[in-house]
Amino acid sequence: MTSAALRSRAWKLLEMVTTPLLPSDYLDLVSPLRAGADLRGRIEAVHPETDDAATVVIRPGRGWRGHTAGQYVRIGVDVDGVRLWRAYSLTSPTNRQDGRVTITVKAIPDGKVSNHLVRRAKPGTLIQLDQATGDFVLPQAKPVKVLYLTAGSGITPVMGMLRDTEFDDVVMVHCAPRPQDVIFRNELHDLVADKKLRLTEVHTATDGMLDIARLDELVPDWAERETWACGPAGLLDAAEEHWSKHGVQERLHTERFRPSIAVAGDGGEVTFSATGKTVDADGATPLLDIGEEAGVLMPSGCRMGICFGCVTPLRGGAVRDLRTGEITEAEPGVLIQTCVSAAAGPCDIER
Amino acid sequence: MTAIDPTAHLTAEQIEELGRELDAIRDEVIAGRGEKDAAYIRKVISAQRKLELVSRGVLLFSIFPPAWLLGTAGLSVAKIMDNMEIGHNILHGQWDWMRDPKIHSTTWEWDHVSPADQWKHSHNELHHTYTNVIGKDNDLGYGIMRVDEDQKWHPFHLGQPLWNFINACFFEYGIAAYDLELGKNLHKRRRNNPEFRARAKAVGRKIRKQVLKDYVIHPLLSGPSFLTTLAATFTANLVRNIWSHSVIMCGHFPEGVQVFERRSIKDETRGQWYLRQMMGSANISGSRAMHFMTGNLSHQIEHHLFPDLPSNRYAEVAVKVRALFEKYELEYVTGPLPKQVFSAWRKVFRLSLPNKKPEVKTPDRQQELVAA
Repeated sequence: MTSAALRSRAWKLLEMVTTPLLPSDYLDLVSPLRAGADLRGRIEAVHPETDDAATVVIRPGRGWRGHTAGQYVRIGVDVDGVRLWRAYSLTSPTNRQDGRVTITVKAIPDGKVSNHLVRRAKPGTLIQLDQATGDFVLPQAKPVKVLYLTAGSGITPVMGMLRDTEFDDVVMVHCAPRPQDVIFRNELHDLVADKKLRLTEVHTATDGMLDIARLDELVPDWAERETWACGPAGLLDAAEEHWSKHGVQERLHTERFRPSIAVAGDGGEVTFSATGKTVDADGATPLLDIGEEAGVLMPSGCRMGICFGCVTPLRGGAVRDLRTGEITEAEPGVLIQTCVSAAAGPCDIER
Repeated sequence: MTAIDPTAHLTAEQIEELGRELDAIRDEVIAGRGEKDAAYIRKVISAQRKLELVSRGVLLFSIFPPAWLLGTAGLSVAKIMDNMEIGHNILHGQWDWMRDPKIHSTTWEWDHVSPADQWKHSHNELHHTYTNVIGKDNDLGYGIMRVDEDQKWHPFHLGQPLWNFINACFFEYGIAAYDLELGKNLHKRRRNNPEFRARAKAVGRKIRKQVLKDYVIHPLLSGPSFLTTLAATFTANLVRNIWSHSVIMCGHFPEGVQVFERRSIKDETRGQWYLRQMMGSANISGSRAMHFMTGNLSHQIEHHLFPDLPSNRYAEVAVKVRALFEKYELEYVTGPLPKQVFSAWRKVFRLSLPNKKPEVKTPDRQQELVAA
């Protein structure tokens, strides 16, 4: 018998010992970061960067497969007892010796996860991780000239690139309200002092928003540069338009952070994605009824919110709890009770 | 059903007002759920797993009597924790709000021969929706006993003290059979129903795994302690079964608890639903340890009003709920465990005989309420 077959036999036996739980349920008690466990990480330190941004140092579990500069990682953090998932760019270089990775988080107003990470997260806390992903990365062949166009926390994936790969000719145009709001400012200025980077800071509180036409003056050879841009949608829209107007759109790479969630309304179009049905729903009819009327096979139970027999994944949009009025927005892993939830805007139910 | 309706003094408006006051209690807890609650259930789960590991470890040496005693006691407590404070409550969706896929009503499986999804249907859906409604809620005597004067007497009921005792000892098997509605489904016509067969197969699989673990694998791992480990696991299952059976009997069987007729729940309002849960359940009083070991089902009244609130909150909710009982002049049935167990058993004995007086048909609760 091969050793793999032997191992799988041994594992089966172990499963018989621990049933109805799995051996991993017990192993997680002592070694949550071990190889073979669900991918997790442990927060080891939180370093403030600005008033409202901080870098979180994470030791990933043994299953972490590494990342490419510019990629992001989805993390699941328990905030007030509720597991919430968000994506953040990795800011650590890929060859960091101690095996840790970092994300740099800017607290956005009312942002549950970002404020938690910046202001409350404690070293030692376990978080859930996904593997790094995203195609906002540098090419294999080094471009001769590079431009990084960033604003606010859009600097984070670019910082991952800057720390990872040196280029001969790099220019960065970065926008932030005030000098003290520039994340990584000291490190950027060190790079400038070492002549590894030419930097233009645009302080939008005093200078106003960056007019993309000013690029001609700030970076005269911008059109010749391979450009990576990351920041708010307005900046990226303007950049895309500008680059295509000059016929060099293939040189522009953009990264858009999470699109803003539509404001929750009253009723909306409900998609049942597994069956491909779409129907209009008002804001007062339970989604269970909506689905059943549309001929979708819906799991159901007590129909009054007590048995949890109807819980179904919410894939997109937002729903309102008919008992409390509470709004729930779609996120990975969010399940809703369809018998007491109504559409709060367009939504997508996995049925 | 008692001849005198203990809610007759309430007007329809009062009942709806009571419902609103209970909704407010619920909303307050939901708004306040947070980190502390999440930490609580994680701590309980972790403690249960450690206790089970250690106890099973000690039982490897159960050939020595002190190790047998210690291991058996630990395993009994671990099994009780698994079924009561953890399993029952997670399967009610009490912890779904944490969005942790490992502590969720859709993924949890427990140390019990009834598969979680079957139990959720018969318990969460049928019992909790139709609490104490004769003919709708099979928990009223589990289909093998008569627990109310209004239920028809049959000579079979003469043996019900014995049936109840056997049920207590093998309670988890009783529950599995009950979830399968075995009595009804074993009739020739239903036996071959594919849906029933699939469910019966799932129970069979679960039983096989549980039995293999408790009575084969762990004893074998104990080597020379094979027989003593076997005896220890059997004892732990027996203790767990008798304990949960006793706690659960105290929830709806003690004297003073009301049952309802099928027609009384037609067009039931939210307030009336709440009122039925209040009158159809009974509590157990006691220490914090007592509440913990019952999985907080000692707060059965509160649990029936709010089955999806985290169990660690029932104690604080109970204070407010009890105040509402007083305000609306309703009887809050509660008492220490021995008293409640005795009261439930006395009923089992008493109703094993036909009613002394001819059956009096009581007026429909609903109609009386409307009239009031």
